[in-house]
Amino acid sequence: MKLTKTLLATTALTVAAAGAHAESHGNMANDMTLVSWGGAYQASQDNAYVKPYVEMHPDVSVSWDESSNEAVAKLRAMNEAGNITWDLVDVVASDAIRLCDEGLALEIDPEEDLAAAPDGTSAEDDFGDLLVSDCFIPQIVYSTTFGYRTDMVPEGVDAPSEICSVFDLETYPGKRALEKRPINNMEWALLCDGVAKEDVYDVLETEEGQDRALAKLDTIKDDVIWWSAGADTPQLLADGEIFMGSTYNGRLFSVIEEQGQPVGMMWDAQVFDLDGWIIPAGLDDAALARVKDFVKYATDTQRLADQAKFISYGPARLSSAPLVGQHASLGIDMAPHMPTDPANAKNTFLYNYEFWADYRDDIDAKFQAWLAK
Amino acid sequence: MSEATNDPAQTGGPTPETALAAADQKGPMLAADGTPLKKSLARALRRQKLRALMLIAPLLLFVLVTFIAPIVDMLFRSVENQIVSDTLPRTVVALEDWDADTGELPGDAVFQAAYEDIFYAAERKLHTRLGTRLNYEMTGVSSLFRKSGRGLDDIGEVYQDQFKDVDRAWDKAPLWAEMMGSDAWHAQAEAWTKGEPLPEFELRAGIADVLPRTAAAYAAFAEFQRVEEEKSLLKEEPWTLVHTALYQDLAAGDVSGYTGPHAAELAELDALVASPDFETVDIRAAFEDIDEDWMDPEVWTTIKMYSPNYTSGYFLNAVDMQKTPEGAEFRDEDERIYGLLFKRTIFMSLVITFSCIMLAYPVAYLLANLSARSANMLMILVLLPFWTSLLVRTSAWKVMLQQQGVINDVLVWLGLVGDADRLVMINNQFGTIVAMTHILLPFMILPMYSVMATIPPSYTRAAKSLGATNWTAFWRVYFPQSIPGIGAGSILVYILSIGYYITPEIVGGTTGTFISNRIAYHISSSLNWGLAAALGTILLAVVLLLYWAYDRIVGIDNVKLG
Repeated sequence: MKLTKTLLATTALTVAAAGAHAESHGNMANDMTLVSWGGAYQASQDNAYVKPYVEMHPDVSVSWDESSNEAVAKLRAMNEAGNITWDLVDVVASDAIRLCDEGLALEIDPEEDLAAAPDGTSAEDDFGDLLVSDCFIPQIVYSTTFGYRTDMVPEGVDAPSEICSVFDLETYPGKRALEKRPINNMEWALLCDGVAKEDVYDVLETEEGQDRALAKLDTIKDDVIWWSAGADTPQLLADGEIFMGSTYNGRLFSVIEEQGQPVGMMWDAQVFDLDGWIIPAGLDDAALARVKDFVKYATDTQRLADQAKFISYGPARLSSAPLVGQHASLGIDMAPHMPTDPANAKNTFLYNYEFWADYRDDIDAKFQAWLAK
Repeated sequence: MSEATNDPAQTGGPTPETALAAADQKGPMLAADGTPLKKSLARALRRQKLRALMLIAPLLLFVLVTFIAPIVDMLFRSVENQIVSDTLPRTVVALEDWDADTGELPGDAVFQAAYEDIFYAAERKLHTRLGTRLNYEMTGVSSLFRKSGRGLDDIGEVYQDQFKDVDRAWDKAPLWAEMMGSDAWHAQAEAWTKGEPLPEFELRAGIADVLPRTAAAYAAFAEFQRVEEEKSLLKEEPWTLVHTALYQDLAAGDVSGYTGPHAAELAELDALVASPDFETVDIRAAFEDIDEDWMDPEVWTTIKMYSPNYTSGYFLNAVDMQKTPEGAEFRDEDERIYGLLFKRTIFMSLVITFSCIMLAYPVAYLLANLSARSANMLMILVLLPFWTSLLVRTSAWKVMLQQQGVINDVLVWLGLVGDADRLVMINNQFGTIVAMTHILLPFMILPMYSVMATIPPSYTRAAKSLGATNWTAFWRVYFPQSIPGIGAGSILVYILSIGYYITPEIVGGTTGTFISNRIAYHISSSLNWGLAAALGTILLAVVLLLYWAYDRIVGIDNVKLG
């Protein structure tokens, strides 16, 4: 024990000394490892605020790690090994809550750590309800919703525009793609089984409610392809493998606008979810100072609005919404493609974090058993 | 040289003959230096072994440290369960006397213990971690603990407010520090400047007799401030838990004997607590206020059931069972999945191994019997998939097998299949078997080839010249000699496929996934590492068992990699 402590102390000293040597100003480290999802999303972050930040601070070097998918497990392993190699991690809100629960993420103080809006509104009010955890710094609102092949809509029938057409095999025959997990699917099933929107979680709490949702899903089970990666549905849609499928709205945007596939959006009963940063617990002071400086900049009003130029996800700040402009390369207005646009957000769900934190293990066991049958 | 020619009987030294004769007559045979020969031989051997061991020691250590130790550590998590007794030590002890079978709630002592435990845990931010752990066993505990961590402050605040109304000093740090800490400590604390280590807290002599609960709570608070927060007690007002403890001490005992600092203020509080207007909080009711679930005996049963340091719970879970107060029971039919997945994994791995044998044998035979030039060409074709990314190979099968894919398109074009009823060849067992057979094929071909290359062609020729037909010559002479290659390839392929998860995840749909997919899910998504470890341990045991059975039936000596 003593030896470990001595070792740790010497290591810390060496690191601190090396850090002090490399520092140019203040007490900030100059290397940052950001963790994100890769692909178009990471590119939007890079363009909207990482590159501008590095331009402002030429000494800083940023490296990316595309590990957000396994961030929770990896952070836990790093924490157990006592060696945190990440400085800032992009995760979905439910993971942020778990990381906060496990003590793996640092609690933040919105007033102190985040920038106020240009009109002086405090960060806490500007983000509002989206600060779903003490550790979570929201960046974007995205939604899980359906896309469908416009050329596969049967003749004489209107294009699907409401969620229950997913369960309507007679009017809209063809395969569907759904995510291989209970979250969202159970809600949609109950909604289309006649449960009122406000009662969905009360029903889902009960065994009968869970069975009811699974029974509804049973009606289409033979026609469902289950996906586990966000890229699956766009590929299946592009190949004409399925008629409709759920995925993240940004993926559908790129299938429709960037790749020009005959795919339509169905915004009904879209489920909002949040994505944002967490700062891992246990960073040394210099690294923490740098990360806090970066995060304050990267989540200010203008930067979040800039991000929407590169990807069709809604900025998490209220004050950013009016600043959303046109797509950087396609030149189309981005506002109508935002999940938060009033025309799209007529009927929406917000991912119920508390419910799923409690029921996830239980319902998932049932759901997987049901799938395997 | 000259000695050798001498008569042994004259030289007197021990020679083999004399020594043997001597050994027969007077005890052990002796080596040149006089020690018994057996001993000296054993020593020489030991030295030799030690030298050999030292030569391989670096590798052995490397394997132990980087491979065996992490695996053992990971597998050990399948029984580890210290988190409950570490986070709720008082509650666990208090629950010992409670009988879950009565169906009644535990007594006030348990609620008091839980109040203290969860309060401390919340300060150290450990309560949510425990909530996550217990949520695996009982749905809803996760948010119960999260809420309670926030809500338990309310109890102490009631007392804190009333004390403050009597004298504002009760809401400030100095009074507490002066009253609870010894004079020596207080002097040190005053001399402390930021950046130095904080002085270790010491209770005032006798205070623990007058105010036992308060002293314990304040000491815990002091230790927390010193170690975790590194803040001076002269600046930090104590937790609300300390206020609750002070109320309890005042209500229970007499403090008139106390003569230390702030005795007057304490007497004043004592009078306040004794007055009928003083507002008190029932801890049990406070728990009910936070969440009604605390009134559910099942919550307490779960805590009690999982309070031992080691649990069989994960293993039971891994075989579709669960712990109940009446012992282990099977889960509901609609929640059983692991048994099915284990069976499926074993069965499908067998099918994959078998189809690998069928496809690999002719290829290996060709490789071993073609001219060197064409064999090299063929070898490259076999190895080519090895140099391609696993994901690419798997995704390629998606393109081939899906309903709008290459194979279906060709079949429709040929008119063998109608456009409306294209074959479903992916996202099911068939897809997994095809893709995994393709991916694992080189692991079967290579050991087969290396064995077949050593079979002399003259044996078959000899059989034929003795009148055997082609088939007999192959079946009776060639095939038996190639069996070690089949054995080696089968073991490789089978063990690899039993632990595969990327390919089944991508092409397996719902009916073609393996147990490893659930292990991966519990490691990376649900974070239930205990269950993942239990499933992994069982999988490892199954592999070892099959290996043992293989050894008994085929014999492991019959396996050759070249």
